[in-house]
Amino acid sequence: MLKKDLKLSLGPLLYYWPRDLTLDFYTQVAGWPVDVVYLGETVCSRRHELRLDDWMQVAQKLADAGKEVVLSTQTLIESESDLKALRKIVENKNFRVEANDFGAVHLLVQAGVPFVAGPALNIYNPDTLACMATLNAIRWVPPVEMPRSMLISMPVPENMETELFSFGRLPLAFSARCFTARRYNLQKDDCQFRCIDHADGLDLNTREGEAFLVMNGIQTQSANVHTLAHRLNELTETAVTHLRLSPQSQRMADIVKLFRDALDEKISAADAKAKLETCMVSAGCDGYWLGTSGSSMGAD
Amino acid sequence: MPATLLELICPAGSLPALKAAVDHGADGVYLGLKDNTNARNFSGLNFDARSLAEGIGYAHGKHRKVLLALNTYPQPATLSRWQQAVDTAAEAGVDAIILADPGLMAYASKTHPDLRLHLSVQGSATNYEAINFYHQHFGIQRAVLPRVLSLPQVENVRRHTPVELELFGFGGLCVMVEGRCLLSSYACGDSPNTFGACSPGHAVRWQQTPQGMETRLNGVLIDRYADHEKAGYPTLCKGRFEVQGETYYALEEPTSLNTLELLPEMHRLGIAAVKIEGRQRSPAYVAQVTQVWRAAIDAVKANAENFRPQTSWLAQLDKVSEGSMHTLGAYYRPWK
Repeated sequence: MLKKDLKLSLGPLLYYWPRDLTLDFYTQVAGWPVDVVYLGETVCSRRHELRLDDWMQVAQKLADAGKEVVLSTQTLIESESDLKALRKIVENKNFRVEANDFGAVHLLVQAGVPFVAGPALNIYNPDTLACMATLNAIRWVPPVEMPRSMLISMPVPENMETELFSFGRLPLAFSARCFTARRYNLQKDDCQFRCIDHADGLDLNTREGEAFLVMNGIQTQSANVHTLAHRLNELTETAVTHLRLSPQSQRMADIVKLFRDALDEKISAADAKAKLETCMVSAGCDGYWLGTSGSSMGAD
Repeated sequence: MPATLLELICPAGSLPALKAAVDHGADGVYLGLKDNTNARNFSGLNFDARSLAEGIGYAHGKHRKVLLALNTYPQPATLSRWQQAVDTAAEAGVDAIILADPGLMAYASKTHPDLRLHLSVQGSATNYEAINFYHQHFGIQRAVLPRVLSLPQVENVRRHTPVELELFGFGGLCVMVEGRCLLSSYACGDSPNTFGACSPGHAVRWQQTPQGMETRLNGVLIDRYADHEKAGYPTLCKGRFEVQGETYYALEEPTSLNTLELLPEMHRLGIAAVKIEGRQRSPAYVAQVTQVWRAAIDAVKANAENFRPQTSWLAQLDKVSEGSMHTLGAYYRPWK
């Protein structure tokens, strides 16, 4: 696919931001050059600044602004109330759903609706991807650790779109435990929602002071910001149709515009990289794309 | 009630470990082949065709089961190797294979319809809808639950699925949901999902420094030990890190899971099997842990109401545990 024809997606907000900030953020998104917007809480069921009804209102406004809206489901589904929330999303009549767990896939298949196969489904090979196509997945997001070499050798079924995680701190792990609550010596059931104080996660450094990971409630992310803005030319041989940009608290509008300009060749790859570095919350990385440690940044 | 109740499933990283498990009372053993088709891809471990045949012969001779783990995710270039492994397992006569990848389940259920399939913990099925997905589409008969659910949550799963449940009872504890952890590949390029190992040996460095013994994973400092501290393997979720100026076990302490005291409850819930972690451990370890758990499960089956873990059992298990500390993990809600 030509670079200019690639679409931009805004991934689900992985952090817990105050209600007004979140609503304001999505008001701005309506005017950004993104084609698809993923909405909803994917990390922790305790977060409630926005309820499903609120997300649905945001969704409608973005749809009215011409965006394709997808409702993302929670990644770790443990309890009956998690399932209840999941069923409500699956049963919505207006918007497509991204499944981040095979429980969600099961319900979507039963409902007979097309869906997006999210990055947490662990689709690593052609057989599994074909299986997802049979089940009516119309788009898939490869695992964030999948290198370019592997993606190139994946035959993608006809009519299946491929969305690549292309910008943001990498969602690396999920746990039953809340690491943010643990930091404050609180139990998860009485977490006091301390993750709301960490708009881009809570930094975890090595004992040598090296930035390593970020704690975001039950999710662990990379400290480094994964970015492929300087590698867009490497996408053309792949089946990628969409680039996913994961929200951060600062300068997201600039980041989206930089990616769009780079795709439209209004700025060079080197320029895009240099400008992005001034926008990112920490150092960049692209090692996963190159098939090495995810934290590293390859030579240009 | 399920067909089986509280089967004791023990780790066999080698033929001597398999024999130790069988001799000390395991109802079944689980093992893997010598490559990245399983999640304990460490050098010196696992089985080739010959040792597999001998192991199956030994176990079946004593009416015990052999389960073969093919629980990593096949990749485009090497998919056929995973499929061949399924064929190998079927032809060798294993009692079940343990899978995580839907594509591989589709292959196994189509090619070997009589081969029993278990859903690996690496399949990350934490709710009954997910388990029922694998059951409906691929005929999965047993699911190994990730170590993230509390017991009431396990009970709820049990009520809503015909699939047998297997729970981890003892051994190394993943603080992250299995199958949903890329910390290892972020640090060193190899993940459990594709490479079959977390914090693999080739990336590990131990170095004595003036500040103490340092353990590193691909150069990342995982922990540093004072002279009086016992240095542990640098599994990266169990290191000490610095958060807001404080250094502590930010993700998890180097503890082991031990659910001995929960056995009566597992019995009541109709749990089909209890799994002991540790294919990377020695035959002596396997023998000791198997012996204790055999005695405990027999005691629960004889009289669940009056079951109390014996002090001698706990002492034996303490001796072999990682970090010599025990936790009930997520089965106990406040752990979360």
